Amino acid sequence: MVNVAMLCISGAAMAFGLFWLAWILFTLLKEGFNALGPTLFTMTTPPPGSNGGLINAIVGSLMMATMATLIGTPIGILAGTYLAEFGRRGWLAPATRFINDILLSAPSIVIGLFIYSVYVAQVKHFSGWGGTLALALIVIPVVVRTTDDMLKLVPDSLREAAVALGAPTWKMIVFVSYRAARAGIITGILLAVARISGETAPLLFTALNNQFWSFDMNNAMANLPVVIFQFAMSPYDDWHRLAWGGAILITFGVLGLNILARVMFRRKI
Amino acid sequence: MPPNDSAMIAPAFELSAQTTYNDRPKPAKRLSWMDAFFKNLTRFFAFFVFSILAAILVSLVIHSQLTLSKFGIGFLFDSEWDPVTQEFGALVPIYGTLVSSAIAMIIGIPVSFGIALFLTELSPTWLKRPLGTAIEMLAAIPSIIYGMWGLFVFAPLFAEYVQPALIKSFGALPIFGMLFKGPAMGIGMLTAGIILAIMVIPFITAVMRDVFELVPPLLKESAYGLGATTWEVVRRVVLPYTKIGVVGGIMLGLGRALGETMAVTFVIGNAHRLSASLLAPGNSIASALANEFTEAVGDIHSSALIELGLILFLITTVVLALSKLLLLQLAKQEGRQA
Repeated sequence: MVNVAMLCISGAAMAFGLFWLAWILFTLLKEGFNALGPTLFTMTTPPPGSNGGLINAIVGSLMMATMATLIGTPIGILAGTYLAEFGRRGWLAPATRFINDILLSAPSIVIGLFIYSVYVAQVKHFSGWGGTLALALIVIPVVVRTTDDMLKLVPDSLREAAVALGAPTWKMIVFVSYRAARAGIITGILLAVARISGETAPLLFTALNNQFWSFDMNNAMANLPVVIFQFAMSPYDDWHRLAWGGAILITFGVLGLNILARVMFRRKI
Repeated sequence: MPPNDSAMIAPAFELSAQTTYNDRPKPAKRLSWMDAFFKNLTRFFAFFVFSILAAILVSLVIHSQLTLSKFGIGFLFDSEWDPVTQEFGALVPIYGTLVSSAIAMIIGIPVSFGIALFLTELSPTWLKRPLGTAIEMLAAIPSIIYGMWGLFVFAPLFAEYVQPALIKSFGALPIFGMLFKGPAMGIGMLTAGIILAIMVIPFITAVMRDVFELVPPLLKESAYGLGATTWEVVRRVVLPYTKIGVVGGIMLGLGRALGETMAVTFVIGNAHRLSASLLAPGNSIASALANEFTEAVGDIHSSALIELGLILFLITTVVLALSKLLLLQLAKQEGRQA
């Protein structure tokens, strides 16, 4: 009797979880499709009451996410390499692994605050670079974690075989370990990109926003999440519509990246 | 052995006998500076990652010096927050952060447990992957989307149907009723807590699933063999075995809930007011930062906000570190038994 009740409750919990997912995705589709249209991709963010799109924010987001990935990925992969390949003895690897796991879940708004105090407040203006640095700090722990995990899955016999052939350690790592763990490491990078594409909080104090076209990373830069935030909090209906348009772009972009990462990972390993 | 074979071996043997130790080809030695360089490069970046946490702490402490010295420990217990008179205290946002996270945990823990139980023990195998992925997708949806959806879709419905019912059924009770007083506005502590709960469910579920899978099948099968029902197996075998890991997962979810910014900012109401009612608008540390930081007037205001960030960072770091320690402990215990 208790058993049946508990199992029913468990099934209900599952349904509860799926219910929210379905509701949120349904809302996005309903509200977002009204906003989707060619102008979304051709015009810049408008003042209230006039027509416009989100192209400057889309471009800004893409630029910052790209730069953040380019900065964060090599750092993450190298640090992860140390943890998995060299750090089998000593204190640095376990300590770094521990701290990295905390950084992985650290509040992103504090990361923004940190970059604000060490970079934005020093140069005295908001900038795309500030946003890029904050996002890079979010990329790093994700990449470190997956690189570490994936390299640990590479069997030691592969490494030993390479060393037995006379390969120096760095060649062994670059040509054997990396190659064996490639799919997993790329999955990690995709997940990191997905994570930063939707991050809003760290950009609020760093990149801020910009109503106009700007390719200058040294200046305040428009980006989708902050535009969505400002437009959604505003009282204007046409801004709300644009915010929904941005929301549907971001969500399906991020979900797509996540699914792509999963599919890639399943195929290659 | 055919003779030609031994003939082939013989010169090779002679050659190796002639070569002295020093004549051996040494590619590894020639490139050893590369090895040292590569090793130190990776070590440098590992150390870089290692020092990020300390760097964040130090920079927050330095930049909140002004309020740290001005208000001291009293900052934590002062409910005043007035940029005009330059009076700042963190009690309201701390209270809001703790209460909204507590609501999230009260709802999120049982639901996550139910989902993890469903996925590990009940679900048919072919459904496990799609259902598991769907729950993980909840974690992939950006928090700003939760916020927008909460503000425009959830809060109005909540105010129209759920809150009046809560006020009517609980509002009149003594003491407990305090929690459900006031007008049904839709936004407020309770709404923020519910949305946080949805957001932390995938994180807690993921950890619980992982640790449930650690239970040796032998233990479970023995219990089933003795005639235990699924629930009895979970209650008497799985839970006691994975207790530490389950608490670790809950702590991880709590760490996430405490630091969540955007979703909470949309729906908590952003009112610097201390109120017993869960239906009243409040403020959390993260949403105070998101709302006020770029518009902060004067050094003291910024410094007070940075100190809020410092408090948030300290709380989440401690919670997440605890979570990690518990999970490590489980892994160690697992290793000992294996």
